[in-house]
Amino acid sequence: MFTQTKSRVRTFLAAATLAIGAVAAATPALASGDVVHIERQKWSFSGAFGTYDKAQLQRGFKVYKEVCSACHGMGLVSFRNLVQSGGPEFSEAQVKALIKEAGYETLDGPNDQGEMFKRPSRLSDRLPSPFPNPEAARAANNGAYPPDFSMIAKARAVAGSYPGSFLVDGLTLYAEHGPDYIYNLITGYKDAPKGHECADGLNYNDKFLSGTCIAMAAPISDDQVTYEDGSKQTVDQYARDVSAFLNWAAEPKLNERKQIGFLTLLFLTVLAGLLYLTTRKLWSGIKH
Amino acid sequence: MAGHSTYQPQNAIAKWLERRLPIISMMHGQAVAFPTPRNLNYFWTFGAIAMFMLITMILTGIVLVMHYTPHTSLAFNSVEHIMRDVNYGWLIRNLHQNGASLFFIAVYMHILRGLYFGSYKEPREVLWILGVLIFLLMMATAFMGYVLPWGQMSFWGATVITNLFSAFPIVGDPVVSWLWGGFSVDNPTLNRFFALHYLLPFMILGVVVLHIWALHVSGNGNPTGVEVKSEQDTLPFHPYYTIKDLFAVAVFFIFFLIFVFYMPMFFNHPDNNIEANPLVTPAHIVPEWYFLPFYAILRAVPDKLGGVLAMFGAIAVMFILPWLDTSKIRSMTYRPIAKVFFWLFVVACVALGYLGAAPAEGLYVVFSRIFMAIYFGYFVFLFVIGLVEKPKPLPNSITESVLS
Repeated sequence: MFTQTKSRVRTFLAAATLAIGAVAAATPALASGDVVHIERQKWSFSGAFGTYDKAQLQRGFKVYKEVCSACHGMGLVSFRNLVQSGGPEFSEAQVKALIKEAGYETLDGPNDQGEMFKRPSRLSDRLPSPFPNPEAARAANNGAYPPDFSMIAKARAVAGSYPGSFLVDGLTLYAEHGPDYIYNLITGYKDAPKGHECADGLNYNDKFLSGTCIAMAAPISDDQVTYEDGSKQTVDQYARDVSAFLNWAAEPKLNERKQIGFLTLLFLTVLAGLLYLTTRKLWSGIKH
Repeated sequence: MAGHSTYQPQNAIAKWLERRLPIISMMHGQAVAFPTPRNLNYFWTFGAIAMFMLITMILTGIVLVMHYTPHTSLAFNSVEHIMRDVNYGWLIRNLHQNGASLFFIAVYMHILRGLYFGSYKEPREVLWILGVLIFLLMMATAFMGYVLPWGQMSFWGATVITNLFSAFPIVGDPVVSWLWGGFSVDNPTLNRFFALHYLLPFMILGVVVLHIWALHVSGNGNPTGVEVKSEQDTLPFHPYYTIKDLFAVAVFFIFFLIFVFYMPMFFNHPDNNIEANPLVTPAHIVPEWYFLPFYAILRAVPDKLGGVLAMFGAIAVMFILPWLDTSKIRSMTYRPIAKVFFWLFVVACVALGYLGAAPAEGLYVVFSRIFMAIYFGYFVFLFVIGLVEKPKPLPNSITESVLS
C-alpha cells in the first residue's frame, strides 16, 4: 500500500514536473538578445497581495499631467477612471476642478451649423491627446513619435539576464517588467562614454530597449513638480510615482483582480482538498 | 467495449423518453457504467482537463464576441474596451487569453502520455488520428485567435506564418493572396480569421465527440499496455474516474488561475500591447510559445520550402505513427531501450521550444538542427528498434499487475 501511494505520488509529481517543463518551453519574453540590464524595484502592487498605493498614483498623475502629457497622450483612459476605486481615487469634485483649472477641452460636434467645436471635457471623456494625430506628433518632435501611454507599462519589458529567468519570474509571480523598465529608463540618463556619443537630437541612455540613443531628452529634473504630501521631490521619486501611475493606466483592474483571485483560489484549494479526500476514500479499498 | 447499461428508467417521463430516444441509458452506459481499467495513473486525467479547457475557451469566447469588433481600426481598442469598461471583461479576456496556453499544456501532456504508453497502437489508430486532427485544428484556431487583438505580434505573426505558403512553387503566391483576401494582411484577413476562429472550436468539439466515440469502442489503454481481459480489470467510470478527474481538473485550474489573476501577461508578448502597425516591424517576431518547437524546425532548414515541409512534416509524421512503430508492446515501461529515446524526444521538444524563441543565428541554428534530427530520428528509431528489441516480461493481466 505504502509503495503504491509512493508510486502514485511519484507519477503525480512527474506529471506536474512535465507540466512545468511545458511552461518552461513557454514564454515569449525569453526572446534573448536583450542586453539592457534592468534593476528591479519594489512596488506596492507586486505579488499576490499587492495593491496600488492611492497617494502614489495621485502623485504619479500629477507628474504625468505636468510633464509627460506635453508630448504623450493617454487615449484609453477617461477622466472618470481617475475617480474609480482601485485607482488614484480622486473625488468627482476634484477631477471636475482639475478639468476646469487645466482647461482640458474635448473636440465635439458637429453642431447644428455642421461645425466641429471644442468644449470643456467631461468625466466621461478620454484624456485629450497633446497632438491631433501621429504625424503632428512626429512633426513637433524631430521625427520621433512619443508613444501613447495608456498601455506603455504592458508594452515594454526586458527579459531577465539569464536563460530561463522567466521560470523564476513565474514562480515568484513577478509581473512588473513594465514599471521596472520605465523607472530605469527615466533614471538612466547619463553622459555618453567615449566612442558611444549619440547623434545630434539623440540622448545617451543605456537602459533604452532599442539601442543606447533615445530621442527623448531627460524628461524631468529634481523639484520640477511640487508634491503637496511631503514626498521627496527627486527624479528618483518622480520616476517611481509615474511608473506606478502608468502601470495603473495599463492595468486599472489590478486591485480587483488580485482580490477576486485570492478568494477564487482559496475556494478552489478547498474544493481540490475535498475532492482529494473523496478520491482517497473512494479508492481506499481498491488495488490499482 | 461500451458498458452494458444497467440503467432502468424509473419514472413515467424517463420511461416515455426511453422508448423514443434512449439518450439517458446511452449516457449511463458511456459515462457512468463504462468499464475503465482500474490502474490508470494521473497522466490519464489530462483528457478530462483538456475537455474542461475547451469548454472554458468556448464559453469565454462567446462572451468576448459580444464586445469585440473585427475591424483593423477598431479591434485593438475594442479589446481594451473589454479590459477596461465591460463588467468583468478583464476576467473573461484573461481567462480566454491564458486559457489558450493552458489548453495547449494539457493537450501536450495528453499527447506525451499517448506516446509513452503507446496509445496509438492497434486497435486505437483511428482514435489517435482523430486526436492529431484535433491538435491541428487547435493550432489553426489558436493562430487565428492570436491575430484578433490586432497587436504588433498579431499582425506580424500573421504576416510571417501566412507567407510560409509562398514557399510552394507556382501556387504559392496565389494561395497567399487568397488567404489574405488582398495583397497584404489587412481587414479582409482579420475578418475571415475572426469568422474561422469562431467556427473551428465547434469543429474541434465535433471531432472530440468522434475521439470519445472511438475511445469507447476500443476502450482505454492503461499503464501496462495489456488489454482489459475480464471485468475484474475494470471499474465503472463513475464514481471512480469522475471524482479522480475532477480532483485533477481542480488542481489544474488552480495552476491556470494563478496566471489569470496574478500574471495575466505571462504568456503574452509585450509587443502585442502595441496596436498593429504595418510600417513598423518588431525586432524579433516570435510566435506563441506552443508553436516554438515547430518554428525552430522551420528555421533550422536553410531552404524556405524545405523548412516549411519539415515543419508540416513534424506534425504529419504523427498521423502515420501507428504504422511507424513496429513494436507490439504498447507501454514504454516494458521497453527499456525505447524508453530512453522517448525521454530524449521529450528533451528535444523542450529544447526546440527554447531555440524557437532565440534568434536564428550561430549556435542556436546548429542546436536546432541537432534537436530536429533527434525529433525525426525518434520515429525512425521506433521503426527499427521494434524489430529487434527484447521487451521486459509483461504481466498477464491488469489485475495481476496491481496485485503484485
